[in-house]
Amino acid sequence: MTRSAFGKGLVHGIPIGLGYLSVSFGFGILAVKAGLSVLEASLVSLTNLTSAGQAAGVDVIAAGGSLLEMALVQFTINIRYALMALSLSQKLDSSFTFPHRLLAAYGITDEIFGVCASQEEPLRPSYMYGIISISTAGWVTGTFLGAAAGELLPPAVSSALGIVLYGMFLAIIVPPARRERSVLIVVAVAALLSIGCRYLLPWLSGGFAVILCAVAASVLGALLFPREEDAA
Amino acid sequence: MSIAVYIAVMAGVTYLIRMIPFAFFRKKITSTFLRSFLYYIPYAVLAAMTIPAIFYSTGNYITAIAGTVMALVLAYFNLPLIVVALAASATAFITGLFL
Repeated sequence: MTRSAFGKGLVHGIPIGLGYLSVSFGFGILAVKAGLSVLEASLVSLTNLTSAGQAAGVDVIAAGGSLLEMALVQFTINIRYALMALSLSQKLDSSFTFPHRLLAAYGITDEIFGVCASQEEPLRPSYMYGIISISTAGWVTGTFLGAAAGELLPPAVSSALGIVLYGMFLAIIVPPARRERSVLIVVAVAALLSIGCRYLLPWLSGGFAVILCAVAASVLGALLFPREEDAA
Repeated sequence: MSIAVYIAVMAGVTYLIRMIPFAFFRKKITSTFLRSFLYYIPYAVLAAMTIPAIFYSTGNYITAIAGTVMALVLAYFNLPLIVVALAASATAFITGLFL
């Protein structure tokens, strides 16, 4: 019974794992360019399991930023997981005891949240472990290969792969921006502020610039376009 | 500073953000402002991270712009994340062959 829930999770996780495999390849390349070793890059992926936060974290490391900056950057970029975790916490099966919650919380990503949230029945720990294990395997393997093979690949290929992660970010942003004018405006404001920071305030570190731009744009969005009960 | 310390801070903060609400909270957030802010923040973060950084991501503005345009078009038509990501990269690569 438990095994079948795990197996179901594995199957549901296959597309996520495959997607992660190729996207994290790009992260591995970025991480090595930023000065991390292959092992360090893989360790970041294993312990964080998140794309945007890791990319920003590697920027902070490369720039020699402070630990406070690192913590604030991670907090700002990953705070969305708190909302997802909150949402999932309300549809857990009674077998989801406290230790299981401590363990499964590790694997709450945008994609895993999406699949779990769309399940009809209450979530069982083994189901989540199934999705999380195959996704993590893809994420870490891809990072390792990208970090290790980044040097073996022809420069034309490895530089072209530098855009993979950003391409995925655009794929996350564009559809909701197309659907909702409020998201479009928030995204446009954040992008304009980010351009402003880069060229007008070049002394501002990348991590803090992202925090400032994102918080300013989101506060503006929350004030101008408050959302009703559907936000999750 | 040791890279291991950075990694520990990254991992610790990221885990706590996921774990605290998942393990302890049962109530819903009711503040409309906070809910709205939390809804917008991931998109705003990704936008600020992507622009203008994407234009520097391939080491050549022309290939980067070609990849960006391809990503925007495919994302507009709701293609899966992985398709958009790889097509952006393939476009940058192919454009590079003609430079």
